[in-house]
Amino acid sequence: MNFSLAELVPLLPEIFLLAMLSLILIVDTMLKDEQRTGTYVLTLLTLAGCAWLTFSGHRAEPVHVFSGMFVDDTLSDVLKLALYLAVAFMLVYSRGYLQARGLFKGEYYVLTLFATLGMMVMISASHFLTLYLGLELLSLSLYAMVALPRDSATATEAAMKYFVLGAIASGMLLYGMSMVYGSTGSLMLTDVSVALQEGTGQKVPLVFGLVFIVAGIAFKLGVVPFHMWVPDVYHGAPTAVTLFISSAPKLAAFAFAIRLLVQGLEVLHSDWRDMLVLLAVLSMGVGNIAAIAQSNIKRMLAYSTISHMGFLLLGILAGSQNGYSAAMFYSVVYAMMSLGSFGIILLLSRQGFESEELDDLKGLNQRSPWAAFLMLLLMFAMAGIPPTVGFYAKLSVLQAVVEAGFVWLAVVAVLFSLIGAFYYLRVVKLMYFDEPLQTAPIEAPGDMRLALSVNGLAMLALGILPGPLMAVCLIAVQSSL
Amino acid sequence: MPPLSLVIWVPILGGLIVLATGGDKNAPLARVLALIAAALGFIVSIPLYTGFDLHTSAMQFEELVPWIYRFNVNYHLGVDGISMPFILLNSFTTLLVVMAGWEVIRKKVAQYMAAFLIMSGLINGVFASLDAVLFYVFFEAMLIPMYLVIGVWGGPNRVYAAIKFFLYTLLGSLLMLVAFIYLYFQAGNSFEILDYHKLAIGMTAQELLFVAFFLAFAVKVPMWPVHTWLPDAHVEAPTGGSVVLAAITLKVGAYGFLRFSMPIVPDASHELAWLVITLSLIAVAYIGLVALAQADMKKLIAYSSIAHMGFVTLGFFLFNPLGIEGGLVQMISHGFISGALFLCIGVMYDRLHSRQIKDYGGLVNRMPVFAAFFMLFAMANSGLPATSGFVGEFMVIMGAAKVNFWYAFVAATTLITGAAYTLWMYKRVVFGKVTSPQVEEMQDINKREFLILGVLAVCVLGMGLYPKPFTDVMHASVDNLIAHVGQSKLP
Repeated sequence: MNFSLAELVPLLPEIFLLAMLSLILIVDTMLKDEQRTGTYVLTLLTLAGCAWLTFSGHRAEPVHVFSGMFVDDTLSDVLKLALYLAVAFMLVYSRGYLQARGLFKGEYYVLTLFATLGMMVMISASHFLTLYLGLELLSLSLYAMVALPRDSATATEAAMKYFVLGAIASGMLLYGMSMVYGSTGSLMLTDVSVALQEGTGQKVPLVFGLVFIVAGIAFKLGVVPFHMWVPDVYHGAPTAVTLFISSAPKLAAFAFAIRLLVQGLEVLHSDWRDMLVLLAVLSMGVGNIAAIAQSNIKRMLAYSTISHMGFLLLGILAGSQNGYSAAMFYSVVYAMMSLGSFGIILLLSRQGFESEELDDLKGLNQRSPWAAFLMLLLMFAMAGIPPTVGFYAKLSVLQAVVEAGFVWLAVVAVLFSLIGAFYYLRVVKLMYFDEPLQTAPIEAPGDMRLALSVNGLAMLALGILPGPLMAVCLIAVQSSL
Repeated sequence: MPPLSLVIWVPILGGLIVLATGGDKNAPLARVLALIAAALGFIVSIPLYTGFDLHTSAMQFEELVPWIYRFNVNYHLGVDGISMPFILLNSFTTLLVVMAGWEVIRKKVAQYMAAFLIMSGLINGVFASLDAVLFYVFFEAMLIPMYLVIGVWGGPNRVYAAIKFFLYTLLGSLLMLVAFIYLYFQAGNSFEILDYHKLAIGMTAQELLFVAFFLAFAVKVPMWPVHTWLPDAHVEAPTGGSVVLAAITLKVGAYGFLRFSMPIVPDASHELAWLVITLSLIAVAYIGLVALAQADMKKLIAYSSIAHMGFVTLGFFLFNPLGIEGGLVQMISHGFISGALFLCIGVMYDRLHSRQIKDYGGLVNRMPVFAAFFMLFAMANSGLPATSGFVGEFMVIMGAAKVNFWYAFVAATTLITGAAYTLWMYKRVVFGKVTSPQVEEMQDINKREFLILGVLAVCVLGMGLYPKPFTDVMHASVDNLIAHVGQSKLP
């Protein structure tokens, strides 16, 4: 095994992130509490640096390094860029919230960066072990972030639940991977794929292992019946952390699913397709119906996530490049919608007041017409109503599903999204039709207002011109898979 | 700028500008800007009529710009004799609605006006789209402003009505979306509606597609038994909302039958025509009786709309020129008449804040000018000859008689029930002694209201006496449609 320094080049973003992370860890200890903004700025700069490195280091052809354990391809570059953007927006949104609650500490930023590093490794992994390492780095950071307000009983309870269930899921995943290893004799995704094509592996342990792998993926995506943690964690975690969990990790989870199921186990497509059909239908059903019954907006959005992830699975199970790119488009769009929606919730939270109940949105149009308008765009995007970008996300997934011959599945999906439309409409109803319960003015730092406006208007702008982003997703999938 | 893009984007941009005037302290500015935008929107739609070639059934004023390469979606616009009149009707109605809301709407004026302007542009887009995705985008997007209009400025039960309106319409249209995606693959990756027209499709697929389209458009028309959202929405919506709903958005559903169901799946349309005709006749006969029992004027007109739209769908599925042209004429005429009736009820509501028939009586003593206008529109609604209401109904009944005597017989009962519910309501509201002190204090219509109702009265009478300008533009397209629908598309 020979190793040259050139092997490190595709890893530059990860290396830079890790170096900056260590630097921030040290610098933060020297900052006084009132200088903490320094950490915040440094974190954002780190992300910007990563983005530049990823962008400038982009190559059209996939590059495998570290004996094939790590891959740098267009898919990973695009997803990483979306990831930096999502994390940066999340940091901008959460600053005011954290400051008001005494959570504005270095730990939050360091953990965020660790989680980001974990997601980057997941996105670029081409080996079962790298995938697992990335996943654990992400998960452990998230467990700690959920428990950040350590005096809060709900937060610690949520963290505990998340940890226990997450550990079980990781165990299942490892078990599944070990079976695939036993059958094919390799942990390298490409080798596994080759072994499967040649038909050397034994079928029974393979499918058995596949079940566990799918269960692990399903847990990470939060789809039914592995969704139990989602509402509790979303609800219990501080909103700034919920915002994080609900956005960027979905991109990583998408990459995770694609790497495992498509790059590694595509030969078993007919086997995992049927499992995903079940997961997708259940998620869309349970997610959309349970969301109606929620009065807590964080729980409502948690169930909405479940249903969206079901929709995303539809794209993957279609089993074509068309479908994968549709799912990728969906995951990017979903991350944006989720960021914006939680951003508005953070906007409404103030010192000593958590905006958690749906009723807190009442009369928002009278308190702040602009915020209400942005939320309106976000909610219609979530419901998939044109001219917002959410419609094109649904359209491209449905198109892939119909192409794969599952017209009935498309019909089921649209019927459930009809049910889903109800609770998004209810949010709009609260904002526009009802009288406000609160009259306190809505204050937010300028950077947050700007970011929220960009985020909300992006729903409309991408809805009017969805072509470029769709094309990017298609190119990424075509050149990488 | 090409005319079709203008009729879509001028009102939308106007709406955004109006929206930018902000809070209610700028309300006068918002009103003036809205009026200018609505007038401009109407002016830019006139070239569509003057420049229209009567002798071709091809699409005119076409525009084609690639939009989403990934799915081969194009910004493809064009009108024929079937869609063009509705763009004019819509632009015209928007102008009236802006005027009608002038001093009546006092809260969130800019948002109200902007919602109607944006909706007007979107509806024009629905009629002008020749690409299925583009059509769908406009078709769905127009729900958003209407949802807000009903919910924000509506009556006491507005929330229920708004959500019901939205979900009902969404239910139908989502299945239509699946149908579009299916057709996309059948047509070799194309969302062009005109490509769908040429497509050979097997019978089972045709039937399923027909059902998907039927649900989408039947909800929108609305046909019995999926009509229940309409009375709720009409009653709770502010006057302007009711006018646009009745005059325009119901027409979108009927238009969909002509543009999608009949040409794309002609064999299934023929086979399932009995279903549409039966439902239409139930709407005509039964809903007419339901209207008779209403105590709320808006609800009465809402049911009357359902009955009149039953005539439209009946006419279409007779597959003869009289039926289809009669249906189209009925659509335009109903746009004028129902719009006018809702405006009349709005005039009364603004003064007495009640829509209940029993709260009125003897109005003619206090508001003679208004009573005269109201009389004309009530007569037109019952299909009096020399008003526009007569032309369409007569053509459809003639068309029905050619196919089956009993169709014509049931349809003709509307001449009795329609007259009964409209004129009975008119009698109770307008004639008799002044019973309540509030009615005693009512003022006759002002110049603004006179202008609005006067223009509509001219339209109703003009179309009734000389319908030729309206039917001329339709001939070529309707003949082409009938020829097209007559050919089997089975492979």
